[in-house]
Amino acid sequence: MAVLTPEQTMALHDEVLAALKGKFGEGILSSSCEYDFPVFVVDKDIMHDVLVFVKETPSLNYHFLTTMCAMNYPEKTGNEFAMMYQLHNMPENKRIRFKTFIPEQKLEIATITDIWPAANWMERQEYDFFGVNFIGHPNLIRILNMEDITFFPMRKDFALEDPTRDDKNDSMFGR
Amino acid sequence: MAKSPEGLEGPGFFLTSMEKAVGLARKNSIWPLPFATSCCGIEFMATMASHYDLGRFGSERLSFSPRQADLLMVMGTIAKKMGPVLKQVYEQMAEPRWVLSMGACASSGGIFDTYSVLQGIDRIIPVDVYIPGCPPRPEQVIEGLMKIQDLVGNESLRRRNSPEYKSLMNKYGIE
Amino acid sequence: MSEFQNIQEEQKAEEKEYTTLNLGPTHPATHGIFQNVLQMDGEIIRDAVPTIGYIHRAFEKLAERRPYAQITVLTDRLNYCSSPINNMGWEMTVEKLLNVKLPKRVEHMRVVIMELARIADHIICNSVVGVDTGALTGFTYIFQWREKIYEIFEDICGARLTTNIGRIGGFERQWPDKVWAKIDDFLKKFPKILKEFESLLMRNRIFMDRTIGAGPIKPERALEYGFTGPNLRAAGLDYDVRVTNPYSSYEDFKFDIPIGKEGDVYDRFMVREHEMWQSLSIIEQAMKMIDRKEPVFHADVPDFFLPPKEKVYNDMEALIYHFKIVMGEMDIPVGNVYHAVEGGNGELGFYLESDGGRTPYRLHFRRPCFIYYQAYPELIKGSMLSDAILTMSSMNVIAGELDA
Repeated sequence: MAVLTPEQTMALHDEVLAALKGKFGEGILSSSCEYDFPVFVVDKDIMHDVLVFVKETPSLNYHFLTTMCAMNYPEKTGNEFAMMYQLHNMPENKRIRFKTFIPEQKLEIATITDIWPAANWMERQEYDFFGVNFIGHPNLIRILNMEDITFFPMRKDFALEDPTRDDKNDSMFGR
Repeated sequence: MAKSPEGLEGPGFFLTSMEKAVGLARKNSIWPLPFATSCCGIEFMATMASHYDLGRFGSERLSFSPRQADLLMVMGTIAKKMGPVLKQVYEQMAEPRWVLSMGACASSGGIFDTYSVLQGIDRIIPVDVYIPGCPPRPEQVIEGLMKIQDLVGNESLRRRNSPEYKSLMNKYGIE
Repeated sequence: MSEFQNIQEEQKAEEKEYTTLNLGPTHPATHGIFQNVLQMDGEIIRDAVPTIGYIHRAFEKLAERRPYAQITVLTDRLNYCSSPINNMGWEMTVEKLLNVKLPKRVEHMRVVIMELARIADHIICNSVVGVDTGALTGFTYIFQWREKIYEIFEDICGARLTTNIGRIGGFERQWPDKVWAKIDDFLKKFPKILKEFESLLMRNRIFMDRTIGAGPIKPERALEYGFTGPNLRAAGLDYDVRVTNPYSSYEDFKFDIPIGKEGDVYDRFMVREHEMWQSLSIIEQAMKMIDRKEPVFHADVPDFFLPPKEKVYNDMEALIYHFKIVMGEMDIPVGNVYHAVEGGNGELGFYLESDGGRTPYRLHFRRPCFIYYQAYPELIKGSMLSDAILTMSSMNVIAGELDA
């Protein structure tokens, strides 16, 4: 099976959405198809349960956590941060994506390390980059950066460049 | 065979200065310590392997212990997390010691002008030869090594005791 | 007094006293900067705590500040043993976002390059496994042939290791004639070399004794830990992105997916070894499909494809497009796209979120090394220290990909 056609993606979207709506009802906030991926936006409080549900239900069987990452939208008030989870049903080769929004004031979400051990370092990375607090994570410390830094570098308001450089004169670059 | 230095020659004897004899010996048996962190390390592997064969320059004996190494070859990005480790390795090396910085990342941070990357190893340790390139070709590495050989061969035996050298070390905070 | 009592009680509670051993980050046997703090019971490892991030270079942050065409350069430095796969993975991600369809010939040319890169990657990994068992001969012998692959890359794009090969929409130029001759030559001569390399290790008693049973993993556990690529296949699962989600016309080729059984070092070695043979066969098939005289080397998408330099200097339109693309003034649609390729180590995914601007809003790399390296403590628990080194090199953990 090559890349899914829009019709196939829609069919997959409808199939999963029906199962999710049957179980969680209003918790599924919205859904759409983005390229060859069905995407479901889920309330953050039930994110963990949704992932358990799609993993454990035999008819769905999304047993493989492909990847997950956090995002920062500073302009969306109340939904400043988001988490993306991407799951894969390998035997039937179906992939879906979940997205959930988190407010900056209460930047926390339940960990999924109890579902997939692979999520351990991925969550630590997102904590390191964005400061997302994963509740119940066994060892939530920085992973890539030094432990003593105080900022979260992937947030949009953090500057990329190394602040200690003095040989870069902006007037030379026309900035 | 290495070219013999200038001196007086006769049947059964050869006379030259101590400095030149030591320089000759040192320069043709440099033991490098490969401090390979990333991409440049792979290119260094190519330099060490059969095709380019660094052994032709008397440097096939890699010394993984800093205490027996003459030359610290820093290859690849040095992150700020790695900086103290690099400095400690340098401090463990016995005098006389030389440092070769291979690649753009080690020399100046390269394309990674980011919060996490050290903008050039010369911020923490003194460097003798820089090799530009991302990564440099093996030919460039060999040329860099030959430059080091020139430095080693022509260095005065008393340089390491001079006040200039001491003040250089003090500048980096190395006793 | 009470303190002393505490110590005494602790010792009683734990009959054995473990030695703490700090392996890395500059340990010569770890091939890169990985730190593991090991709890040793004599020669046996009881526990390991890995620390990573020693070459964290902030790829994801950098990517948010770079126009699309400039991110190819960053992907080079992810898994630098097989950078063309990363380059093309990224280009295909952008092409997916832009809905650009490539001509068959270009897709097949990409397959040739990607499979050559896979061979180059597996050569490093397998020869280093040989080095760690004490056989340096294989490394020095087969590395000459890695140089041949480098030469091919160099003739196409001008660089050996960090290739930055290809452009969004195709290749940067027509392949010169000598490239075809070099690939033909490689296909003719390399099988003999590979066979010799295999005969050096594959049925070597010492090698087998060292590697069989070292660092095994069960398939269920491997899936939970997010293994992909050769390491997952060595555990016995035939998951390969090239087959399940074919990209770049991989569906045109016939090839097998080698799988192992035990998931140990020997199986990983064997899977990589067989993959090299499969890659050779894919290149052979692709070379038959490609018409060498045809002038097509990119898709006809002037809005996105960086025009060749001679056109830029002589052609008004090409100059305009060149300027637009270099300044990042392309019409990028808004959307989220995920594209995965089978990298040297497994599923290398690019999750790209575009807000229509000149740079990605968010780019997340699914880096296979980063995900499966967290299983390393579990793999080496209870094994000897020397097996731990072997396990690490057979997993092919690449520092650039691990730390991003």
